[in-house]
Amino acid sequence: MSPGGVPGPTGTHSAATVIRFTRVRKEFARTGLALKDVSFAVNKGEFVFLTGPSGAGKSTILKLIFAEERPTSGEVKIATLSSATMRHRDIAKLRRKLGIVFQDFRLLEDRTVEQNIAFALEVTGAPRASMGGRIGRLLTQVGLASKAQALPRELSGGEQQRVAIARALVNDPLVLLADEPTGNLDERATRGIFQLLREINATGTAVMMATHDLDLVKRSDCRTLEINHGQLVLDSAEPAPATPPVA
Amino acid sequence: MTLAWREALLAFRRSPMLSALSVTTIAFSLFAFGLFGLVALNIREALTRLEDRVEIRAFVADRTPAEAAATALGDVQAFPEVATAVLITPTQALERARRELGEFSDVFDAGILPASIDITLKPGFRDPASVRSVAARLRTYDFIEDVRYGEEWVEKLQEIRNVATLAGTGLGLTFAIVAVIIIGSTIRMAVLARAREIAIMRVVGATDGFVRAPFLIEGALKGTLGGLLALVMTWTASEMIGRYVFAAEFFDVRLAVVGIFAGTVIGLAGSAFSVGRHLKAV
Repeated sequence: MSPGGVPGPTGTHSAATVIRFTRVRKEFARTGLALKDVSFAVNKGEFVFLTGPSGAGKSTILKLIFAEERPTSGEVKIATLSSATMRHRDIAKLRRKLGIVFQDFRLLEDRTVEQNIAFALEVTGAPRASMGGRIGRLLTQVGLASKAQALPRELSGGEQQRVAIARALVNDPLVLLADEPTGNLDERATRGIFQLLREINATGTAVMMATHDLDLVKRSDCRTLEINHGQLVLDSAEPAPATPPVA
Repeated sequence: MTLAWREALLAFRRSPMLSALSVTTIAFSLFAFGLFGLVALNIREALTRLEDRVEIRAFVADRTPAEAAATALGDVQAFPEVATAVLITPTQALERARRELGEFSDVFDAGILPASIDITLKPGFRDPASVRSVAARLRTYDFIEDVRYGEEWVEKLQEIRNVATLAGTGLGLTFAIVAVIIIGSTIRMAVLARAREIAIMRVVGATDGFVRAPFLIEGALKGTLGGLLALVMTWTASEMIGRYVFAAEFFDVRLAVVGIFAGTVIGLAGSAFSVGRHLKAV
């Protein structure tokens, strides 16, 4: 069991499981095998690091979660939506259950901080009248209450990532996916973003953070999934394989 | 105002140069199409004016009783193809010949020309087959000695019309396809310029319909503006031709509205195609 009480991938399906990979294999036509037989589950409220060297398959796992890619075989299940039965039009529905943060922030450069966050609410058809209060609270939570009218280029890298996190949180996601969110940040901003993600996690949102910053991983006591050459080589929530008895 | 409309209008404000380029490209594509349309329209008008002169003349034998000629005239007027049928007496025929031939007017003596029934046909019945059919029915009257309608001329006219229609359809389709391709490429540029925005929209859970809507509105608006601009350019060209070359017909209101609407539809179709392709690719 993990610190958060996570069942193993082959364990019984818990109602609190928000991500489940079952024997997932992903092959790309050009680059070949990206993931091989990957199984794990993430529960509601967990904080999970996804680590491994560049090209190991971390981003592929995240893309499979937000359905930018489909598995070649196996199943990816997010809450009740399964890759096996998901139709194209379900993808938008799935992404509204997720908050996604990227290394390069992906903010709209010609819109203010407030408009960038409102944009994520507007696409879901949320009424404009209710947006102001919600955006204000989120900006306070990420420490940018005074920057609502700033344009992204007027902010530091750390601040831009906070805006991206606020945008990811605006629809109350089940899981916050962060793909190398500190990759472009200095040490101080990295600590700030990590602290913010922990605070978000403390409110009950599961967080899955892909990173190759091993120092950050070592300093925390969070569950770690390590990927190497497309295989899950370590799940810190699982007991280490038993050593075979010496003959 | 809905978000889709707001986003579509914002696109004009955010990238005015690209928007102006799109509208101008659409306008020039439609202008080329409009100029061709103008040529086709004027050729058609000229042919119609020539066709208006298609006339059948049935010569009435001497000493035909006036009642018989009058009854026949009534019958002919009732033919579905016939627009007008007039009985021309020998005296009227002589007057007409003298009027039309001017300086040779004194070569005609009274009584030299026969009476005739002069017939004009309704539009749509001036083709060789209809003309031949009416002439054949006229010949069935005993007192009709001869029927003339410039057979060769009518057939030549029909040939010209067929060639003009065929060439017009072919060229028109080519121009329309070229316009759609150019407009599609222009809108594709606009879509690619906003690829990042589209990617972000999809990541935050926008449906394809939601992503598409502002582009479709933008495409339709650009198409309409391009159509309007093309109409103004075509009208200006038509006025210049009218002033310096020859008086040309211009589109009537219905055709002008159809032209602008074509711009809207092409803009919409170009957008739908470009965004659809982009959404499939990402």
